[in-house]
Amino acid sequence: MATEAHEDQAEIRGIGHSVKRKEDARFIRGKGNYIDDIHLPGMLYMAILRSPFAHAKLNGIDASRAQAVPGVVAVVTGELMAQHNLAWMPTMSGDTQAVLVTDKVRFQGQEVAAVIAEDPYVAKDAVELIDVDYDALDVVVSPQQALASDAPVIRDEKDGQTDNHIYHWESGDADATDRAFADADRVVSLDTFYPRSHPAPLETCGCIADVDGATGQATIYMTSQAPHAIRTVFALVAGLPEENIRIVSPDLGGGFGNKVPVYPGYVVATAASLLLGRPVKWIEDRSENLISTGFARDFHMHGELALKNDGTMLGLRTSLLADEGAFHADAQPSKFKVGLFHVVTGSYDMSAAHVVADGYYTNKAPGGVAYRCSFRVTEASYLIERLVQNAAYELGMDPADLRKKNFIRKDQFPYETPTGFVYDSGDYHGAMDLALEKIGYAELREEQERKRAEGKLWGIGLASFTEAVGAGPHKDYDILGLKMNDGAELRIHPTGKGILKISSKTQGQGHETTFAQIVAEEIGIQPEDIKVQHGDTDNTPYGLGTYASRSTPTVGAATAMVSRRVIEKARKIAAHLLEVAEEDVEFTRPTFSVRGAPDKAVTIQDVAFAAYTNFPDGMESGLEAAYYYDPPNLTFPFGTYAVAVEVDRETGVWQVTRMVAVDDCGVRINPMIVEGQIHGGLTEGYGIAAMEQITFDETGNCIGSNFIDYLLPTAVETPRFELGETVTPSPHHPIGAKGVGESATVGSPAAYVNAVIDALWPLGVRNIDMPLTSAKVWEAIEAAKAPA
Amino acid sequence: MEISVTMNGTARTADVEPRMLLAHVIREEFGLTGTHVGCDTTSCGACTVLLDGSPVKSCTMFGVQADGHEVTTVEGLAGADGLHPVQVAFQEEHGLQCGYCTPGMMLVGAALLERNPDPTDDDIRWAISGNICRCTGYMNIVKAIQTAAKAKAAAPAAATA
Amino acid sequence: MLPSRFDYHRASSVEEALSLLDDYGEDAKVLAGGQSLIPLMKLRFVSPGHLIDIDPIPGLDGIEEREGSLALGALVRHNQLASSEIITNGYPTLAAAAPQIADPIVRNLGTIGGSLAHADPAGDLGSVMLSMGANVVLRSSSGERVVPIGEFLVDTFTTSITPNELLTEIRIPTPPPRSGGSYLKLERKVGDFATVAVAVTLSLQDGTVGSAGIALTGVGLKNIEAAEAAASLHGTAPTDEAFAEAGRLAAAASNPVTDVRGTDTYKRHMVEVYTRRGLATASAMAAG
Repeated sequence: MATEAHEDQAEIRGIGHSVKRKEDARFIRGKGNYIDDIHLPGMLYMAILRSPFAHAKLNGIDASRAQAVPGVVAVVTGELMAQHNLAWMPTMSGDTQAVLVTDKVRFQGQEVAAVIAEDPYVAKDAVELIDVDYDALDVVVSPQQALASDAPVIRDEKDGQTDNHIYHWESGDADATDRAFADADRVVSLDTFYPRSHPAPLETCGCIADVDGATGQATIYMTSQAPHAIRTVFALVAGLPEENIRIVSPDLGGGFGNKVPVYPGYVVATAASLLLGRPVKWIEDRSENLISTGFARDFHMHGELALKNDGTMLGLRTSLLADEGAFHADAQPSKFKVGLFHVVTGSYDMSAAHVVADGYYTNKAPGGVAYRCSFRVTEASYLIERLVQNAAYELGMDPADLRKKNFIRKDQFPYETPTGFVYDSGDYHGAMDLALEKIGYAELREEQERKRAEGKLWGIGLASFTEAVGAGPHKDYDILGLKMNDGAELRIHPTGKGILKISSKTQGQGHETTFAQIVAEEIGIQPEDIKVQHGDTDNTPYGLGTYASRSTPTVGAATAMVSRRVIEKARKIAAHLLEVAEEDVEFTRPTFSVRGAPDKAVTIQDVAFAAYTNFPDGMESGLEAAYYYDPPNLTFPFGTYAVAVEVDRETGVWQVTRMVAVDDCGVRINPMIVEGQIHGGLTEGYGIAAMEQITFDETGNCIGSNFIDYLLPTAVETPRFELGETVTPSPHHPIGAKGVGESATVGSPAAYVNAVIDALWPLGVRNIDMPLTSAKVWEAIEAAKAPA
Repeated sequence: MEISVTMNGTARTADVEPRMLLAHVIREEFGLTGTHVGCDTTSCGACTVLLDGSPVKSCTMFGVQADGHEVTTVEGLAGADGLHPVQVAFQEEHGLQCGYCTPGMMLVGAALLERNPDPTDDDIRWAISGNICRCTGYMNIVKAIQTAAKAKAAAPAAATA
Repeated sequence: MLPSRFDYHRASSVEEALSLLDDYGEDAKVLAGGQSLIPLMKLRFVSPGHLIDIDPIPGLDGIEEREGSLALGALVRHNQLASSEIITNGYPTLAAAAPQIADPIVRNLGTIGGSLAHADPAGDLGSVMLSMGANVVLRSSSGERVVPIGEFLVDTFTTSITPNELLTEIRIPTPPPRSGGSYLKLERKVGDFATVAVAVTLSLQDGTVGSAGIALTGVGLKNIEAAEAAASLHGTAPTDEAFAEAGRLAAAASNPVTDVRGTDTYKRHMVEVYTRRGLATASAMAAG
């Protein structure tokens, strides 16, 4: 059955092909299957009563009026949850979090009780009829307030907790940094606040818990970016046997980090289903999503950069205050208390750095997640890129020149940073040069001079970020002890089609297409012939999920490796079919041929059929393999973004006139999808720079609790992006890819802000904290005018 | 209250509480789940449907208000001769990622092309400015609507919603 | 966010609506496009016992000039304003404001009558009508009254309409030849409520300002008519200095509060800038 090797073969659409997405077929027809689209027979609906107070003692709950509403099946309170030992749950950071309040509320919007009803409208009606008796307490809304000696203790239920301090964490070498600073001609410093933002995926969070009282089987449909980790946490929280828990994460309407943690609503719905014996659906409304689920940032940063007069960077010192909210629920590797912030030396070669961070409880929503970011890399990148620009002006240098002078050179990779990262590869000068060329940097600077002479405010901002993604190597990276490794299983069917099962979970990134392309690249079966399955813990290998740009670095690698395992076996079968020794078989996808006799050949499809019909004696049938990948290192995508803005001096209104983004994420699997990811990230970066923020008033009221107050850019405000690329493969990743989903959100905020500050620098403006509303820009201009 | 709606060209009736939002009538009573709810405050446009051909936010209408009207959802975009050019173009130009805003975006795009067959980049951006997308940065949505415009112009007879 | 229960009444004529208002007045809300009311009901900030849907009433969506005025039916949608030739040719302030109201999808349903009756101080049309000296027609089963817009808009979310009255029409005096208008709105994004907006309507006569109207959005408890600023222009030459002075007077008439959109100082400053810029635009338009 051997086929001719030179038979008319279509080009394999593997790596580097902009294959149209397989998942689109359902989405463009309105046939996606999101959480709220799932209906189970006998399903009940849950609505949650939330606290109007940010800090208040709970004296009692009277649910009798709610209970009496026709259609109400049950009202769940903290007391009931406590009877089942479920009033508290562990967080991803090893703290505890209240599921339903038993003692006092600690943030506005906290879960107080839940109504289970036959109809979602009735559930909302009944929530309004629950009477709660509170005594308001003093409120803490910032880490500065939290560390005051007379601050109320928010977590007074914790043994030994006598203040609001959560952790102190350091990275780098304090003494070496002091020495670097002693050698400096100049120290440039910056205090800046990275405001609280929210990933705000267009679909909110929700679940349907379906616990079968007879068998103990718990099937929980859930908006989860990390279904396997959630299953294990559920087993630990609820004491359910893990084999009886099945988490199914259906199509997700975006995630951006918001759908990583376990939320109280999931636990209450599961408990309610267990108690009532019926499926219980809980879908957040938008306000619940914004006021109670995983926020991001809320990070007060002080940075100091030590330099020589010629611009040589010597060292970096940072001190940080993290506002963690009422429960320490960061979803990040256990070992690193402020995530990967210590990548803060960025793209620059310097000998010393020291990071000091302290985390505090406040009366604000918990659940610090990395909003389209690899664990506070965004904050780090922002701080260094803002500092570098200010340093350039103080030294009288062009910011592009100062960056280029200090970039880690191409020949220095692998490069060990002063805080212990080993950057895998990079060509920072190449990306910068391309960005400057694309935007016409020299001409823009000349134009800026002319505009300034006319009294107009023009600015050009750069940011040259380096990210640390793909957590991670098991020796350093775990969440709650679970190593951050991921898996892939590949099975090729007799007809030469296959199924790839992966531990990651797409939220729009296109895993069903790109991961099939990796298989195609490795084994020569077209991507449309490889079904990619993900999101169902009963049917996919274990892994920690999709966030922090880790799917390609971990699961992408596992996919390449499992494909190679399949080929190892396929080669044996091919040797059997071709009647030669295995060493004499060459594989040029999709064809196995005899070395020196290329006409004697079989395809991977032939081999697949033989794997079930005609395999050698002593061999197991089938053609499949599994692989769990432990990354040897993180990957380090990088790039340079260049932004031009116009600022209206009189109103503070600013507009992006050009936005050039040059990204290097190593090998691009599907260039179309990569560019789409970059567009999205640049937009969320713009949103953060220009308008997205959640603030709190002095009583802990959340401002930013709906899309009227939490602003997301529309097509009108969003800049028009011009993209460029360089390709520096990761040397340790099997296909040389690095991960790209978050680069643009990490790198771009500093570029936008740098552009506005560049415009205003001659007026004396040195910093404006995000978001750069026109009001803040105008006030900064006015403040700079005022005599000191 | 009994309502009659022409849903995607088919006469449908439902008995609904007056307070039931049109989005929920479409999803729960008519079982068409391509219409999504994203924000509750008339801000995001994920729930956009066409009411007598014009885009409206179905989370900000009661189902009873649609009585006697024609409603088109994403499920009604394709015609007897296949997908609407906007649907084809969204896939072709990578105009979607998570897919949640997509039905609303495509319906707005389709309605725009009915009244403006050759929209500029700015026309499109203004037309979709009542719809939020968190994934695409709008670049490829704009491109997709332009591509659909070209396809419609090339085959006008086959390209009406 | 789901609304409470209510009884739904569909009116097929003004008379039927007025009779329903007589029956349910205090506990009823009139539903037109619903783009302001329904969000408030979903938030359960308002939970009326009865909704009277006037949307099916025929003849309330007319745009026509009669007796020296533009008569706009209460059910005229915002997008109808933007696409009406009568308006784009003769009512520049309204034409400028129409495409800035809410977002394009909301404008397909939102009505001019509903928007004015909602009396949101951040609403755009209130200022437009104040700057143009519009009147609203209020009907009840006992008759009809015509109320100047300045008397209609009483306070935040409060008008002088009585529970048994229905707003049926808005009448805008047709501006004289050589008129101009502008509506400058500072919003943080499309669909945002105005941080500040300024409506300006102005006509020129023999090289000086004949009539002028200036009104402010988002800087007080209701839309504010900056009468002193407008009066300062009467009979003056349309110069930058005169416009700057009017800007200062308009800023003085504003009463903004500090919030996430900006400080009161910033908003007052923006009133000044937008009044000045708006007057320059309107004046250039009037000069043709």
